[in-house]
Amino acid sequence: MEHTSPLTAFTPDMFMRNFAEAEPGLSRKGAVEESNRCLYCYDAPCIKACPTGINIPSFIKRIATDNLKGSAMTIMESNPVGASCARVCPTEELCEGACVLNDASAPIQIGLLQRYATDWAVNSGVQLFKAGIPNGKRVAVIGGGPAGLSAARELAREGFAVVVYEAKQLAGGLNTHGIVSFRLPQSISLWEVEQVEKLGVEIRTGIKIGVDVTVEELRGEYDAIVLAAGMGYVPPLGIEGEKLSGVYDAIELVETTKTGIPTLELMGQRVAVIGAGNTAIDAATCSVRLGAANVKMVYRRTRSEMTAYDFEYEFAKQEGVEFNWLTLPKRIVGDELGNVTGLECVQMKLTGETGKDGRLKPVPVEGSEFVMPVDAVVIAIGQKRRTGLIESLGLEHDSGIVRIDPKTGRTSDPMIYAAGDIVFGSGNGEAMVVSAAQQGKDAAYAIVKQLSGLQDGVIGSAV
Amino acid sequence: MADLRIDLAGIKSPNPFWLASAPPTNTGYQVQRAFEAGWGGAVWKTLGDPIINTSSRFAAVHFNGQRVAGFNNIELITDRPLEVNLKEICETKKRFPDHAVIASLMVEPKREKWHEIVKRVEAVGVDGLELNFGCPHGMAERGMGAASGQQPDLVQAQTTWVKEVATTPVIVKLTPNITDITVVARHAVKGGADAVSMINTINSLAGVDIHSWNTIPHVGGQGAHGGYCGPAVKPIALSMVAECARDRGVGIPISGIGGISTWQDVVEFMLMGATGIQVCTAVMHHGFRIVEEMIDGLNNYLDDKGLASVTELIGKSVPKYSNWGDLDLNYKVVARINEDNCINCNKCHIACEDASHQCIDMLTNADGKAVLQVREEDCVGCNLCSIVCPADGAIDMIALDSGVAPMTWNQRQQVISTLNGSHSEAEVV
Repeated sequence: MEHTSPLTAFTPDMFMRNFAEAEPGLSRKGAVEESNRCLYCYDAPCIKACPTGINIPSFIKRIATDNLKGSAMTIMESNPVGASCARVCPTEELCEGACVLNDASAPIQIGLLQRYATDWAVNSGVQLFKAGIPNGKRVAVIGGGPAGLSAARELAREGFAVVVYEAKQLAGGLNTHGIVSFRLPQSISLWEVEQVEKLGVEIRTGIKIGVDVTVEELRGEYDAIVLAAGMGYVPPLGIEGEKLSGVYDAIELVETTKTGIPTLELMGQRVAVIGAGNTAIDAATCSVRLGAANVKMVYRRTRSEMTAYDFEYEFAKQEGVEFNWLTLPKRIVGDELGNVTGLECVQMKLTGETGKDGRLKPVPVEGSEFVMPVDAVVIAIGQKRRTGLIESLGLEHDSGIVRIDPKTGRTSDPMIYAAGDIVFGSGNGEAMVVSAAQQGKDAAYAIVKQLSGLQDGVIGSAV
Repeated sequence: MADLRIDLAGIKSPNPFWLASAPPTNTGYQVQRAFEAGWGGAVWKTLGDPIINTSSRFAAVHFNGQRVAGFNNIELITDRPLEVNLKEICETKKRFPDHAVIASLMVEPKREKWHEIVKRVEAVGVDGLELNFGCPHGMAERGMGAASGQQPDLVQAQTTWVKEVATTPVIVKLTPNITDITVVARHAVKGGADAVSMINTINSLAGVDIHSWNTIPHVGGQGAHGGYCGPAVKPIALSMVAECARDRGVGIPISGIGGISTWQDVVEFMLMGATGIQVCTAVMHHGFRIVEEMIDGLNNYLDDKGLASVTELIGKSVPKYSNWGDLDLNYKVVARINEDNCINCNKCHIACEDASHQCIDMLTNADGKAVLQVREEDCVGCNLCSIVCPADGAIDMIALDSGVAPMTWNQRQQVISTLNGSHSEAEVV
């Protein structure tokens, strides 16, 4: 990574270098060696640990036997966003964490092998799947992110005519817009979008439901609807100073780096990131790579309560991000021109009392207020729910979380299914790309079953 | 440190590690480098009328990412004039008087040809001769090598001709490309051989290039069979050594050859009756320095076993090698899985389920943990599960007391025939 001084400008060269994929992929030799180390377990725990159930021993054996097309097919068959997941999955907690070699020697690097096989598919230009014979049924998918794309692909393979309505100019959702390029290049996500389009799925971008297309039109035109609109930007923190110049939404910040050189200026600045989830980490490392002189994460709890994955935390530390634990932001301080000059915080302490979520409750330490001198504040405290859209569809929900049958994804409206972040709420596991992909598949299979009266066993078996 | 010296039919060597007659012993430069590295002896690349070799000539079989599980060649005997080789042998022997230099020989099956070459080679001071009746390609098409080695009478006759004039020990190198190697070994003995060495390479085609459809290796698009060696052939070589070692009609020292690449391999060959061993492929793969690891490993092993001399290993396992008909039919082992060491890969289950006797169950214990368990009453003790198990100490094969006295097939047949008063089935040997 390029080290910068406050005096230099952020150049296109620096952007190219700092935002190129950070982790190198495996070489052919590396992939062959690693794949040959796999035991090819029977009823393998890695498969069970994968939310999409990728046949991992099979795809690895296909790498070992120089059948990369077969390997990529195995991955993408189970996970329509398998190339992205190869990069963003918390593999230590899923497949690699379940590898039987963990205690015996070292787990197989499943993520890197998955990336090796899917990279081959991306570079070869091969089309892995075919559309099914048209069955005359039409399905609308609201949202072109991992869940929507997965549902669309599986439906297309079963012969449905599928239209995806995507509010942004590019489909792919979080994978296209919300994950820093040095972890997931946008081209990978767009390849996955293209794979779905090649099955005849029509992706209408820049279309907002309820604005450009009415809910009534959707109901009239389609036999079923998949709601996979994800979540929105970061909600307000509710403290003074959030409108000052130099206050950023973490998701917007990352998004600006995905489509070209960002216009916002962090070169040489002192940045405070509020939050401690994976998006907060992304925003922090993103700020470092945009040339910030110093990046501090501000979190009211401690390391053990933070929700970011260990590998994310390690990566942030390597990037030079500082962590201010037990620190609660009270107010963003600005100057007379309306620019951020500091973040007023109060120190917290854990009393030993646990909250509703089972985590230790932090309480302020009286008189410990201080002002952290910063030039920019990035807020990463979660995402807004799509309550308006959900209500316009007339669906039951709990504070913006669509109520579904967990097996099928069916909502309170029998023709509408929901998948992905829009159904994610506390207690529903983790909001992972890979889970969204599986929910999209499940919704698709439920629709197939509902609309064609097929039995369970037949569904999803077509290639 | 144990005494590593050996004496193979009168050929003395500072250790049992000899280089086989092969590309690594083509020149004085190479053999001297080998002796400096620690090799105790070298069988010089086969002398004879210099021939022209082809390009290319080697190929290998790689297995699951490991290079050179097996090795294949279509190279022939020396490509250099006899005078040059003899001069270099002489120089080498002068520099290394205590090391064993053996000349490998191959000439047309004519008495005067053998007499001539034996005399010329012995004149430069070799410690012994090895008659190459084994090379399976090229020379065989001219009636030499394996072509003569596959005819027991010709082996005997040529050995006799050599012994008529030889003053140094004569080793006959046997081809494995034959139904029963002991037949040829016994004929070598009849011809007066002082020792036999085995095995030479096995007829092979290393592979076919699935893209060009050429053979591997190929010479301008054409291929021919070659000779196979390397780690993959070790079990074949070991069985042939064992068969000769327990054959009373052979009864002469054996120089073991075939896929030896570690000190453990050396121990196995010596336990199975070899007095010394020869190595080629491991050197082709790693260079002469590999002998350092072999010597060190062997030394530590002998010390651990409390053996003063490597020669104490020779033949110790031969009495344990017999015929199927002499195996105890009442002996019973069963697989037992040690949960503490099991990593739950389920390889044993699927191997048993699909390829053996369906007696390993995948269960969940009281704590909800997945466990594998052998139904011992259905286990036939085949070893398959313990073979496929990748975790050390996870599966033991346990000998059970069958409660019945040992009884071999042959004993059983004898009992039956005694009861019937006549012979029922032939004895199995």
